[in-house]
Amino acid sequence: MSSNWLKYSSPQTFFPLAGKLAFWFGVLALIACAAGLYIGFFRAPTDAQQGEAYRIIFIHVPAAWMSMFLYLVMAFWAGLGLAFNTRLSGMMASAIAPTGALFTFLALWTGSLWGKPTWGTWWVWDARLTSELILLFLYFGFMALQAAIDDPRRADKAGAVLALVGVVNIPIIYFSVKWWNTLHQGASVSLTKAPTMAATMLTGMVVMAFGFWFYSIAAALMRSRCIMLERERASEWAVEYARGSA
Amino acid sequence: MSWGSWENFLAMGGHAFYVWGSYLVTLGLLIAEIVLLALRKRSALARLRVHGAAAQGDR
Repeated sequence: MSSNWLKYSSPQTFFPLAGKLAFWFGVLALIACAAGLYIGFFRAPTDAQQGEAYRIIFIHVPAAWMSMFLYLVMAFWAGLGLAFNTRLSGMMASAIAPTGALFTFLALWTGSLWGKPTWGTWWVWDARLTSELILLFLYFGFMALQAAIDDPRRADKAGAVLALVGVVNIPIIYFSVKWWNTLHQGASVSLTKAPTMAATMLTGMVVMAFGFWFYSIAAALMRSRCIMLERERASEWAVEYARGSA
Repeated sequence: MSWGSWENFLAMGGHAFYVWGSYLVTLGLLIAEIVLLALRKRSALARLRVHGAAAQGDR
């Protein structure tokens, strides 16, 4: 059982599995996003205070969730690679970073476009927005650091240290609306109290979050396959695969 | 939620710029990421083929 599972910790055996998984998670992402957009635009009612501008939250909140969640997953793989020196862990961490940065940017972008009609400003330096911007710089820092080091194993190690130190920013983002007096509103969804929005709005948001989650898995797996092909260019299996795909 | 007409739907209650500005940029970037990944894989494979042919020539 355990040997079966560990089989997939080598790039050669994980490569074809990652390809299949990427495809199916891509299909799931399309289905979930289509359903989420349908609920968001054709089922959810108009918001009494914000009018139609609130419909931005169907991508804003899931993108913000993914930006934090992907960072944690990236740091987890980075830490695993640092602790056990496994090749694949570092590749997974590098594969997640650009997608995490993308969702962080989208959270900021859509938040800005929501803020203008709702708050009357594109941007404020409050704790929530500032810590989310720092998250974007952490992703960029991780990617730039890895790109600056030629030896992939050393790049993985250096990146892992940065990723792990940066984890401290995640609870700061999440709790910022509680710890400080922010213009950004408090959590719309929490585990301890009933949601403060209409059920259809919540459903649309959660379905879109699943769509973004599946998309992220598919994109990260696709990128991990590129990284495997690039790093394993001296190995027989990669050359064989390239020849077979010609 | 009934919009009545396509015009109403596209107008988003006067917030078309903000709503569609969010959705189109999101859609565009997600598609761009997938396209870039496909191109990156293609160039990695092309390099591997060159490398493989060179290694064969050495033998």
